[in-house]
Amino acid sequence: MMEPGLYHILFLSTALFFTGVYGFFSRRNLITILMSIELMLNSVCLNFIAFNKYVWPGKLDGVFMTLFIIAIAAAEAALAIAIIINLYRSHQTIDVSSGEEMKY
Amino acid sequence: MSGSTIIFYLLALITLGSAMLAVSSRQIFRSAIFLLFSLIGIAGLYFWLQYEFIAAVQIVVYAGGITVLIIFSIFLTAKSGESLPKQKPARLIFSALSVFCGAALVMLQIAGHSFPVFSGDAILPTVGNIGKQMLSTEQGGYALPFEVISMLLLAAMIGCIVIAMRSKPLLK
Repeated sequence: MMEPGLYHILFLSTALFFTGVYGFFSRRNLITILMSIELMLNSVCLNFIAFNKYVWPGKLDGVFMTLFIIAIAAAEAALAIAIIINLYRSHQTIDVSSGEEMKY
Repeated sequence: MSGSTIIFYLLALITLGSAMLAVSSRQIFRSAIFLLFSLIGIAGLYFWLQYEFIAAVQIVVYAGGITVLIIFSIFLTAKSGESLPKQKPARLIFSALSVFCGAALVMLQIAGHSFPVFSGDAILPTVGNIGKQMLSTEQGGYALPFEVISMLLLAAMIGCIVIAMRSKPLLK
């Protein structure tokens, strides 16, 4: 085991991102899909912080990107949950296929 | 092997292990709890990187806010104790395969890339430095994105209220 550095964090966040992608592909429930999206957003934030620390510590841009991503993720989660609850109210289910009739 | 290295691998193990359990568990409530552990592991990684403010924001917004929101929506939409239906094996196999290929591709790219080494003065990510640059209107300041984000949060809040408002049933 080596001393952890930039590459270790990048590998970790890649693994985390693709864990989220796996959940996104394999799940049918809207809430679990939302949780997978949160995992993907988190891995991106981790990437920004790692780049800010190891590649450009003379700037704070990575920190600001992370803060803005967290704020947008909070707004997105609240909006998605409002939509999910509305869908449940009208269809009594939150399976992704239940929203199919919206395309007609 | 120093204590810092051990802590990093421990945090990475917690984060990745609970993320994998979160996307594979068939009890949706357990899945949300594993997601909470994964988010706390990432906050621990921010502490390990010495970005304490980001770690605090991560804990407050993600572990404190979004997870609670998700757990409440699980209570509102699913019968607790009921597990999710089984997926088709073909779907699981193909998603695992595509994810494995994607991860291998990205990791090979990262391993083959050499990042520039920084030389010069580092700015410490203290709350004072972050606040000064975020509210500065000069070159490199983030005052405009900050205002835009506040408008976006307001719009999202109003949108949530409008979407979740109980309207009269249309088809009945």
